[in-house]
Amino acid sequence: MAKKLPKVDVVIVGVGWAGGIIAAELTKQGLNCVGLERGKERKTEDYFMVHDELRYALRYELMQDLSKETITFRGNEKLRALPMRQYGSFILGDNLGGSGVHWNGQTYRFLPYDFEIRSQTIERYGKKKIPKDMTIQDWGITYDELEPYFDKFEKMAGISGEENPLGPKRSSPYPTPPMKTTPALEKFRKAATNLKLHPYNRPSGNLSEAYTNPDGVSRAACQYCAYCERFGCEYGAKADPVVTVIPVAKKTGKFEIRTHSNVRRVLKSGNKATGVMYIDTTTGEEIEQPADIVVLTSYVFNNVRLLLQSGIGRPYDPNTGTGVIGKNYAYQVQKGSATGFFEKEEFNTYAGAGALGMVLDDYNGDNFDHTKLDFIHGGSIAISQTGLRPISNNKVPKGTPTWGKEFKANSVKYANRMLSVGGQGASMPFKHHYLDLDPTYKDEFGDPLVRITFDFEEQDRQLAKYLNERCIEIMKEMGADLIDPFEELGPYDITTYQSTHNTGGIIMGAEPDTSAVNNYMQMWDAENVFAVGATAFPHNSGYNPTGTVGALAYRAAEGIMSYREKGGILA
Amino acid sequence: MADNANQQEKNESLTRRRFLKNSGIAIGGLAVGGALGSLIPFKDKTTNEDVKTEQHVENYNLALMFFTQQQFRMVEAATERIFPADDNGPGAKDLGVAYFIDHQLSGDWGFNAREYMHPPFFKGEKVQGYQGRLRRREIFDIGLRELQNHSLTKFEKNFIDLDEEQQIDVLTDFAEDKVQLTTISPSGFFNMLRTATLEGAYSDPLYSGNRNMDGWKMRNYPGSQMAYTDVIDQEFKVIAPKSLKDHLGH
Ligand SMILES: Cc1cc2nc3c(=O)[nH]c(=O)nc-3n(C[C@H](O)[C@H](O)[C@H](O)COP(=O)(O)OP(=O)(O)OC[C@H]3O[C@@H](n4cnc5c(N)ncnc54)[C@H](O)[C@@H]3O)c2cc1C
Ligand code: SF4
Repeated sequence: MAKKLPKVDVVIVGVGWAGGIIAAELTKQGLNCVGLERGKERKTEDYFMVHDELRYALRYELMQDLSKETITFRGNEKLRALPMRQYGSFILGDNLGGSGVHWNGQTYRFLPYDFEIRSQTIERYGKKKIPKDMTIQDWGITYDELEPYFDKFEKMAGISGEENPLGPKRSSPYPTPPMKTTPALEKFRKAATNLKLHPYNRPSGNLSEAYTNPDGVSRAACQYCAYCERFGCEYGAKADPVVTVIPVAKKTGKFEIRTHSNVRRVLKSGNKATGVMYIDTTTGEEIEQPADIVVLTSYVFNNVRLLLQSGIGRPYDPNTGTGVIGKNYAYQVQKGSATGFFEKEEFNTYAGAGALGMVLDDYNGDNFDHTKLDFIHGGSIAISQTGLRPISNNKVPKGTPTWGKEFKANSVKYANRMLSVGGQGASMPFKHHYLDLDPTYKDEFGDPLVRITFDFEEQDRQLAKYLNERCIEIMKEMGADLIDPFEELGPYDITTYQSTHNTGGIIMGAEPDTSAVNNYMQMWDAENVFAVGATAFPHNSGYNPTGTVGALAYRAAEGIMSYREKGGILA
Repeated sequence: MADNANQQEKNESLTRRRFLKNSGIAIGGLAVGGALGSLIPFKDKTTNEDVKTEQHVENYNLALMFFTQQQFRMVEAATERIFPADDNGPGAKDLGVAYFIDHQLSGDWGFNAREYMHPPFFKGEKVQGYQGRLRRREIFDIGLRELQNHSLTKFEKNFIDLDEEQQIDVLTDFAEDKVQLTTISPSGFFNMLRTATLEGAYSDPLYSGNRNMDGWKMRNYPGSQMAYTDVIDQEFKVIAPKSLKDHLGH
């Protein structure tokens, strides 16, 4: 028998970005919250020895231990899914703060087009533009409705940036000015401007200057230390839940964080959740935490897994297209990029910051005409200066040897003479891309792993090719002496890192038939369960997701407060 | 070069001072961010002093935790072919790469400790990644044995006794899957060796490779600096490298 604890107002499963925001907002308004986090406590002082590429970037010090839990993957339903035994395509957060600790901080707002993608595509190009199995849908909320929540997230995190010349309306400027630029970034800006494109400094969660946010949290400026993504920030300069929202929640005295608490089930009675069951991983004890409201913020895979495991919501059936839990898994199309080698110049690319970059949106969303193109949406194009660390960056021109004398000479020669311009392509959902429970493989407790069925489609191949061509144009204008030729996108490959931008599975929408949550992230089928995170995205945009995850989390917090007052499904 | 290093030191302490001054982090409100805390343990030592002390200290790490002596010599030779000494600087052997690999194999990485190694094992599609039951230390045992066998078959000599061109020939057969093996993938083993070579050449010297930070110096990589605020918007310049050792508090 599980040990049963006294009931609380709200139990939050997973304390990363989404969980931290929810905790701060609800406790500020007086609710008692318990945050269950499977990993350990974390703090800025942990990162004295953080400038260690091997330990953090390549041995995944801060990430989920795959020996305990992973996912399985297959390209299509005819194949046997097999476990992701080692990291590759994406890396999963663990411990207090989740991936929010070791993210880059590139912080965007999705486009107005994203939230109304289906209606706007049909309006401009007709229904035929949408391929048969592409299951895009409107999000049940518009950009204008979501704008105040973007604003809130950006002010809390202190995002440094400048107005995007092609961006949507903003109610206020970025709370801090853009970061410094670099000679490489300026080269990109100049080239893009020559090409009549619209570059701007990338909105950044690495603070350009010291900042105190509306909650009274003060943080120092970024030092451009170049050990940012996959690392924790030793200055607290990176916006991270541990140095922003979590301390605010703690200060109220109403937030209890229990680390080493791995949630296995959402408990229910009828159509409502009654709490959760978790394991204290230090003792192995099974514990029941009753609560009036359950908030799932355990990242995409476990949000979906917990619902399927607990029998909450209607599981998605890819054959009929009915059901919703697991539907519309999407990712990111990262391979439309260009690498250029410069014979006469060296760049200070050893320095950098996770979000330092210059971006343009001329080829993103529906900012360009798709009439003659075989895809919809697009991607942002950017040059990034995150710091080229030496183990992972040994690019040599394509076609030259990858080991031996010539390799060594070239890799040393080009170490500081290589720049790349990358497209971050949107990822559209398809009927046969989904998440469900794996029939064979289990986690450390014997629970089934989540299974991903996903591959790139013609849409993605066309998009990657298009973005690659645009990146090459820019790279040429930047004056590269040698540019790697185009490489086909190929099938989705889980072994090479692309991005940790997994989305969908508990998608939002205006109708219970085609979505799992309403625009407050409240489950249609279980009114006291809120599933918060990129799980709610019906598709993924040509941007990193967390700005939008943050906005949705603030929206959800507001929904939870009004549910607490009024009950029922929120309109 | 020396000028650069001096300039860098100056910048460095300037940055720290300015940082302390600007951050004002401990004042008022909810001061989070261990920023201030993380400044305290800095040793304000110059790079030169560090190098000097190092020369007097015996390095007791130059011994083996996993390989046999024969395996060790093979790895030294093979990694040197992958990353040879040249005009740019030392190769894998002089950087200590074989020690690095030996020490790595004796720990988590060698045991695939943080990877999903549970059955059942099925052969998958290439895009599904490694699906074998063997752990890295087992793969190294088998791979090195097969490297030796292939050398004997093809050239009737031990791998370490082959001349450079022959060693390259044998390694190429592995890299291009031209050897028939049943238990491991020859190119899989080769790629592991290649990746580990680069790790050994360029990881912090803490891990026994990148000896004397020579890997970093070769490509003008500054290693582990606390801040680049003063150089980030400037043209490229060479900065004398620092390692994690420089950041350890007292
Ligand atoms: C290297 C890297 C770089 C990135 N860079 C960017 C970027 O520049 N811009 C951007 O927009 N996004 C970026 N991302 C993505 C970003 O980190 C995520 O979108 C964001 O952290 C998601 O927030 P979340 O709260 O949904 O999940 P997380 O922050 O991952 O938090 C989930 C938490 O839930 C916990 N948990 C999971 N399962 C359980 C369970 N069963 N019981 C208890 N606890 C559980 C986890 O341990 C974790 O702490 C990056 C990600 C990575 C890995
Ligand atoms: S680059 Fe800036 S934000 Fe990132 S870890 Fe370094 S100091 Fe922190």
